[in-house]
Amino acid sequence: MIHVVDYGLGNVQAFLTMFKRLGFAAKAAKTGDDLVAADKIILPGVGAFDHAIELLDASGMRGQLEERVVSAKVPLLGVCVGMQMLASGSDEGEAPGLGWVPGRVRSLRTNQDARYLPRPHMGWNDVIPGAAEPIFAGMTDPRFYFLHSYYFDCDVSSEVIARASYGLDFACAVRSGNVYGVQFHPEKSHHFGAQLLKNFAEL
Amino acid sequence: MSAPNVRVIPCLDVADGRVVKGVNFVDLVDAGDPVEIARAYDAAGADELCFLDIAATHENRGTLIDVVSRTAEACFMPLTVGGGVRTADDVRTLLLAGADKVSVNSAAVANPGLINDLAQRFGDQCIVVAIDAKRVAPGQWQIFTHGGRRETGIDAIGFARQVASLGAGEILLTSMDRDGTRRGFDLELVRRVSDAVPIPVIASGGVGHLDDLVDGVQLGGASAVLAASIFHFGQATVAQAKAHMAAAGVAVRL
Repeated sequence: MIHVVDYGLGNVQAFLTMFKRLGFAAKAAKTGDDLVAADKIILPGVGAFDHAIELLDASGMRGQLEERVVSAKVPLLGVCVGMQMLASGSDEGEAPGLGWVPGRVRSLRTNQDARYLPRPHMGWNDVIPGAAEPIFAGMTDPRFYFLHSYYFDCDVSSEVIARASYGLDFACAVRSGNVYGVQFHPEKSHHFGAQLLKNFAEL
Repeated sequence: MSAPNVRVIPCLDVADGRVVKGVNFVDLVDAGDPVEIARAYDAAGADELCFLDIAATHENRGTLIDVVSRTAEACFMPLTVGGGVRTADDVRTLLLAGADKVSVNSAAVANPGLINDLAQRFGDQCIVVAIDAKRVAPGQWQIFTHGGRRETGIDAIGFARQVASLGAGEILLTSMDRDGTRRGFDLELVRRVSDAVPIPVIASGGVGHLDDLVDGVQLGGASAVLAASIFHFGQATVAQAKAHMAAAGVAVRL
């Protein structure tokens, strides 16, 4: 069953509602024990990086999450700050990230190429997936909803699976083996979002 | 430079769990039910939806929360909720109910530091500051609060700058002179605020024609346009609005 990590941040219900509509069994995971049965995991997140890491630590789920994702290779999808948490760290804070995807989170606010645009980057933007990425299967000219002031600066270009442009060109989706991350909000991106979550559920 | 897609946002005024501005859709079972209306806008291609609780009394809070959670279940687009938001607990409750962004108005004017606190806790991306401004002299606007009933003497442009620096993620800018008049946005106000802040500005108040939406972006510099009557009364659909904007050269999600 798909488990959405409920550590106090992010719109857990929006994912559950979307999966229900798509016909996939999904539930919120509130304890490490809940995660034992997970065969797909969603890591949501909004707000500040350090706060998110702190809450994940405080939830008591981090150990089991690592066990499932790193050892058992269960597919995980990090969303928004949930994606950023996959990096080694963020310019937004001091806390080390999970370090599951090589890269660091950087600020759009201080980026020279984005300085003439309003920030946060807020709204629907075109997403250009790389060739043959299963989570982007079945989409023509996909657009997703973005809501962020920081972006994932991925160290390994082959692990960037989709890009978007907002003043600068940035990695809006990454993948390291079984670990996926998307900066945009598939749970709020209408039919493209539904398609992406369906693709993830069917991996 | 990539131009971001401009957002078209229908706004629903809600009181006691019902939409109170007249709504004139064709396929609705119940034209006063916010969830039904939200669903129709979702299907019509709205980029976001905004709920403003205009009654915003403490006793009616439960109804709003119920509306938010039922809407979030029915719609797969971002939802901004505002009206009577005063504390971090108010924000948390609305976010947990399914809101993606929360709009703060009177409480932010009374205590701008609240913005900083909310942005720290929840992230700047979900804190919208609603500014209701009235023109008091040529090139000068003041903030009004409590649903436009209370004058504050605070300069709107300066306040916009202040809340942006305190961590607001977005400004919902309503011209009280134009609201409900269908005479178009107060473009000078929109321009002044858009130029003054580095965050997105939603232009609101006065849309009577689809050209007004284009002007809000091209002349006002808004990142998003909000309208109520023009959509509610069936004068235009969201799809028509977007097609019109695209034809005029505004980047929108079609």
